[in-house]
Amino acid sequence: MSMLELHGVCAGYGGFRALNDISMAVEVGESVAVIGANGAGKTTLLRVISGMLPAAAGRLSMEGQDLRTLPAHKVLSTGIAHVPENRHLFPRLTVEQNLRLGAFLPSARARFPERLDYVYGLFPRLKERRLQFAGTMSGGEQQMCAIGRALMSGPKLILLDEPSTGLAPVVVQQVFELVRKIRDDGYTVLIVEQNVTQVLAVVDRAYLLSVGRVEMSGRSADLLASEAVQKTYLGL
Amino acid sequence: MKLNPAYAVGLAALVALPFAIRAVFPGSEKYYLHIVIQMLLWAQIYTGWALMGRFGLTSLGHGAFTGIGAYVTVMLWNFAGLTPLIGIPVAIVVAVALALLIGYPSFLQRIRGHYFALLTLAMVEFVRLCIVGLRDFTGGSLGTQPARYGDGISFYAVQFEADRMIAYFVALAVWLAGILVWVRVDRSMDRFALEALGQDEEAAAAVGINVTREKLKITALSAAMCAFGGAIFAQYQMYIGPDTIAGFGVSLNIVFGAVAGGIGVMLGPTIGALFTQLLSEGLRMFFQGSVTLNAMFGSRVLSLDTLIYGVLLVLFIIHMPRGIVGTAMEYWRKHKRGS
Amino acid sequence: MTCSLDIFFLEAVLNGILLAGLLALLSLGLNLVFGVVDVVWICYAELVMIGMYAIFFAYSTLDLPLPLAMLIGITFTALLGVALHMIVIRPLLDAAPINQLLATGGVLFLLQAAATLAFGIEFRNIGVHLGSASLGDMFFSWGRIITFSVALATMLGLRYFLRHSYLGLAILALSQDRHVMPLMGADSRRLYAATSALGGGLAGLGAALMVLQFDIYPQIGLQFGPLIFMVCVLGGLGNMLGGFVAALVIAQFITIGSSCFATEWGYAIAFLFFILMMFIRPQGLLGARS
Repeated sequence: MSMLELHGVCAGYGGFRALNDISMAVEVGESVAVIGANGAGKTTLLRVISGMLPAAAGRLSMEGQDLRTLPAHKVLSTGIAHVPENRHLFPRLTVEQNLRLGAFLPSARARFPERLDYVYGLFPRLKERRLQFAGTMSGGEQQMCAIGRALMSGPKLILLDEPSTGLAPVVVQQVFELVRKIRDDGYTVLIVEQNVTQVLAVVDRAYLLSVGRVEMSGRSADLLASEAVQKTYLGL
Repeated sequence: MKLNPAYAVGLAALVALPFAIRAVFPGSEKYYLHIVIQMLLWAQIYTGWALMGRFGLTSLGHGAFTGIGAYVTVMLWNFAGLTPLIGIPVAIVVAVALALLIGYPSFLQRIRGHYFALLTLAMVEFVRLCIVGLRDFTGGSLGTQPARYGDGISFYAVQFEADRMIAYFVALAVWLAGILVWVRVDRSMDRFALEALGQDEEAAAAVGINVTREKLKITALSAAMCAFGGAIFAQYQMYIGPDTIAGFGVSLNIVFGAVAGGIGVMLGPTIGALFTQLLSEGLRMFFQGSVTLNAMFGSRVLSLDTLIYGVLLVLFIIHMPRGIVGTAMEYWRKHKRGS
Repeated sequence: MTCSLDIFFLEAVLNGILLAGLLALLSLGLNLVFGVVDVVWICYAELVMIGMYAIFFAYSTLDLPLPLAMLIGITFTALLGVALHMIVIRPLLDAAPINQLLATGGVLFLLQAAATLAFGIEFRNIGVHLGSASLGDMFFSWGRIITFSVALATMLGLRYFLRHSYLGLAILALSQDRHVMPLMGADSRRLYAATSALGGGLAGLGAALMVLQFDIYPQIGLQFGPLIFMVCVLGGLGNMLGGFVAALVIAQFITIGSSCFATEWGYAIAFLFFILMMFIRPQGLLGARS
């Protein structure tokens, strides 16, 4: 049994179907990327997994537990933490207050100091800015804070939605290093990205999404070498 | 303007109504006429409010305009001997001036939604407090009466309360004037501009609509109508009190009456007035007549109708936000399409 | 009374500061709900009125000790706050703001009528007189002094709760980004209910202080309700410090105006000031211009 399993998942907004018959699996300890063009349904996929958008059909489970019957706020307690697109930090709360909210689950509260130390160890910058309003930080710092907030709950699986959006190239590189780091620390990672080359360099496997369907999947090196990816996304 | 045959029949029925009432209820015609007259007068005021309310300008302050209409007219008559024939226009001018004084800066500052509602609430409280504060003239919170002229029937003094038949036709004319104003606005270019800005002010401004000007025009018109209605109401009641014709409570009644009927359609506010008056009169009669309830609550039984009124308002806004007429029309349209 | 810089004037100023405590406390709950749920409870003052009656009933009719009666009043209004949210606000969360406001207006009529039905329109008083403290030639009622102290303590307490407890932080967070709350594992519906309970409870606390100073009657909400809205808006939405400053300013207008002219004029000047401030600083006294 895989950690996260999707079978024939469909979802959409109103009459528009953004995801069609998606099946995929994420194993414990893996890092997996979902790549694809704008509008391919990548963000929708993550929203369906974390319960923000109900699936219209199909099966979804985390460690064997059915996710479709869970309300959105219960998904986190199955071990899935979602770092949403555009970060969605609480702008007029301090960095540390944001992190504290990441540990809102009663089970996470008890281990707050310990997890805070871990996050501050990962991101020394956040410790320096712990009393600053999250909304006043740079894009890169905000992304760190958003990832740190997700780590505070002590999740098993982290969903990252386009963490490199709007960041300077140097910072983008740091973010991808970080993805490798947290995977090495034992977290399972599912990341959605448009920066295809860079993300494929740090993940184990990847799925290529196109107009709401899985077009291709495999080891990242294979995908990188494939004609479809090279043509469409790398312009080679 | 071509008259729709349905409207012609309705109008004829309204003209015939008082005679019918006299024929059917020979002993108690005064009471029934009184209810109908109040209905018409409030209907005109509700229509005046809905004139701007339908475009997203929700004022909780129209009690200020009815209050000014009533008090300025009566004060000029009582203390300066000025006939309401002049006094009412003066009162309207004062109300419009206040509307512009409050409206212009708030539209310029783009005060909308909650903030506009609360700002107008402050305005009506200010006016009410001024009325109470000027108690040497206004009688303070106890209210006062217009000085009676002769036998209470006079064109010069605009007094007509003593003869309910005359009063009915005065009220009918006032209401009809309100409806005509509504129709004029409804058929004007301003309506499209106002509808556009009611939905998206920035977009409306971008296509060249002078947002502030359009809002001011409709606000002034709405204030004028409510001041006129307030003045006539005072002349009919022959009593004015800060809590019956001015103030926050009156404002809320105006808003709710209009919303209950439906603010997007011509007869919505009128049906709202019909509904609220019938409801409160009906409940009052029912509760006064009920021996059990009277035994339970004594004279306090009268507040039961307000209680039910409050519950109904909540239900209305949750389940029929378009009001009685709006919902009925929507249902009718769907039904027609379905068959 | 003439208006000059004498001891009466100083007394008026100090009494204004004490009155500000009450206004600030009363605006606290409304501000919280306004800021978090983004809904104006037009019937907020009526919740306070119901709280006053609940305390009156528990103390004068059931003969319970006053602190217990006050606790009952606070609990009752907290429950009313939750009920108001679940029954009236929740179905309207995505409706036009003005419909939410009007629906709570319906509740205003309902609560007033319910109070009249249960207690009649007579003025009631719990008959507790705390006397006055004297400072030189000036006199200040203990009721006001207690109210001011409790208001200050409540404000600081609420501030601490919102910044340092998980629930409080979640409520603050909810006001900034309601859509992301499920990702924190927080149920927005329960947070809204908790906020409403807190808002209602603060109305009850206001009621507990008001019964020490004022008579109780069904229309009392219409008397001070508009004032509370003014304080809230003038202070800037959700800005508690701003609310306190606004309460101070408004209360000064009222007490000085009242001691120079008549009571109504004090209030009228305060409303006029509010209207003018809305035009000059629509974002509130302390708000930054966006």
